[in-house]
Amino acid sequence: MKSFISLIIPLCAVLLALMIGAIMLLSLGANPISGYVTMFGAAFGSLEGFSETAVKSIPLLLVGVGICIAFRANVINIGGEGQMVMGALLATAVALAFPGLPSLMLIPMVLIAGAVGGAFWGSIAGALKAYFNVSEILSTIMLNIVAVQFMNFLLRGFMIDPAEVARGTGIPQTMRLSENADLPILLEGMRMHLGVVVALLVAVGAYFLLWRTAMGYRLRAVGYNPDASRYAGISVPKNVTSALAFSGAMAGIAGAILVFGSESHRMVTDGGSTGFTGSAGFNGIVVALLAGLHPIWSIPSALLFGGMLVGANALQRAAQVPSALIIALNGLIVVFVVSSEYFKQRFLESGRVDIVDEEDTPAGGSHE
Amino acid sequence: MDFDIFIHILVAAIAAGTPFVYAALGELVTEKSGVLNLGVEGMMLVGAISGFIAMTKTGSLLVAVLCGMSAGALMACIFAVLTLTLMANQVASGLALTIFGVGLSAFLGLKYTSIALPGVKELHIPVLSDIPVIGQLLFSHDILIYSSFVLFAAVSWFLYKTKAGLILRGIGEAPKSAHALGYNVIKIRYLAVLFGGAMAGLGGAYLSVAYTPMWVEGMVAGRGWVSLALVVFATWRPARVMAGAYLFGGITIAQFHVQGFGIEIPSQLLSMLPYIATIVVLVLISRDQNTIRLNSPASLGITYHPDNQ
Repeated sequence: MKSFISLIIPLCAVLLALMIGAIMLLSLGANPISGYVTMFGAAFGSLEGFSETAVKSIPLLLVGVGICIAFRANVINIGGEGQMVMGALLATAVALAFPGLPSLMLIPMVLIAGAVGGAFWGSIAGALKAYFNVSEILSTIMLNIVAVQFMNFLLRGFMIDPAEVARGTGIPQTMRLSENADLPILLEGMRMHLGVVVALLVAVGAYFLLWRTAMGYRLRAVGYNPDASRYAGISVPKNVTSALAFSGAMAGIAGAILVFGSESHRMVTDGGSTGFTGSAGFNGIVVALLAGLHPIWSIPSALLFGGMLVGANALQRAAQVPSALIIALNGLIVVFVVSSEYFKQRFLESGRVDIVDEEDTPAGGSHE
Repeated sequence: MDFDIFIHILVAAIAAGTPFVYAALGELVTEKSGVLNLGVEGMMLVGAISGFIAMTKTGSLLVAVLCGMSAGALMACIFAVLTLTLMANQVASGLALTIFGVGLSAFLGLKYTSIALPGVKELHIPVLSDIPVIGQLLFSHDILIYSSFVLFAAVSWFLYKTKAGLILRGIGEAPKSAHALGYNVIKIRYLAVLFGGAMAGLGGAYLSVAYTPMWVEGMVAGRGWVSLALVVFATWRPARVMAGAYLFGGITIAQFHVQGFGIEIPSQLLSMLPYIATIVVLVLISRDQNTIRLNSPASLGITYHPDNQ
């Protein structure tokens, strides 16, 4: 009963959002049914489409899994964007510094560099919360903007492609990074690359971390009841910091994969705030909330949102429907998921299922 | 430093700080009632595009402002239903509202990206604007800036000099006691959230109609989040919100002038400055846990269940 409801409610939330999306499509003069057929057909209807969807889902999944860990520890990490940027920058710096290393060494090195960069940026906000009581919601947002400006600074300065300087065009991008760092393609002729495997491994790893290790137990305990945890001898500041560090590490890996799995194999910025990440740092939050803050459920959730991104592009080409519609739909899905918590509680209360499933806490991570 | 340039920067800082004044004073009232609405950024964006659309369609500033305010209030209404009626988590609902607002505003604004508006004329108040320095600083702005001064006075008066303000603050401190005294906690919180939304919408509309009279996707650019930070910075006091808003506006403006003085700092590093300053200030304010505990409304962010008495 319980798991059935846990599954059916997010599905209802998605369906409701899609229905409102249908009304928006109608208002644009497009046929909603053929619109959705185009959308989901493009995303899941063919192997090429699915490969594209999988690639789009990688950053969403990685950031989402990081969000699961942070929110479980009652740390609201909105800094996915900045952590992705810092991870990507450090990974790119490593690839620029050691272009000659063989792939077997260089690929793990850039991924680890990504994790370190993201973890560093996340743990700043974590330490500020743990030791100076600064709201992590605000500090992570501020750090996002700082990271993006730092990226623009580096990509226009130290890290810019010398060819861009020589030509005088000055596009803020690095040179073609070492081929040894290219993420290997998994399916011939398609875009799906090693990043998919990395993301899946991280998701499974996060599940084990949260529910099969003492570390994960401490993180969840601190999130559930900091006072009781402190009484039990668990250091709250340490765990808050490490929750943000873990969360940032995963966003950082996402950033590194975006660089080395990209078609241009460069790190590029358009100077704007979403130029590099495609807002994956924010949409990862949506993924995690829809998945009920569960790393494994984040996999289908990320595929859904990745598919919607791919489908939105197809829809834009086929019916001139703006892809901004999809961002609005993402928001609506969260609105419905968040509100569905109420109905979920009601259902469960009437069924007298009072025992809290140890893998289930209210979305948002903050408890009264 | 040339005195005229200095005055010029101060005048520009007041204009740059005005969106923060609106959004942060609105959020202040919402938070004083015990509700934390993280959707300010989304409400500002929707307010900005709604105000902009109304301005291009009607050319009337009043209609534009009203549209911006109602759009912000409508967004806040979604949040209020989620958190006050359905008792959803306030943090998650606020995030959802921002994500929704980013998408919705981009969607609504597609056809309006290449339009430029004439902007809003400055209204020089006769006699007063002729006073040296003060006249320039306070009496030579557009009407939306004057009305932000009025809003400040109104919010301060309402919160600290009226009975309704006292009830609102009481509900923020102890909703259960307020309920026991016979006040309708949910209704008053609804009103506070709607007011916050309307002010965020107005702040957004000020941006798109007066400050930079055009629509650019995501043009609020983090100002909603900064407004949230300003409320903490101000330790929930209206006068300090004003100070913080103009200080932040000043730092934003100063970065454009630093290079004019021959200081060689890359522009990207300069544009980090306001945000780093915010973090530093947050550290200074929050460092002492008691400052936050004593000043923040005691029930802030906690869902209120009327039936759990």
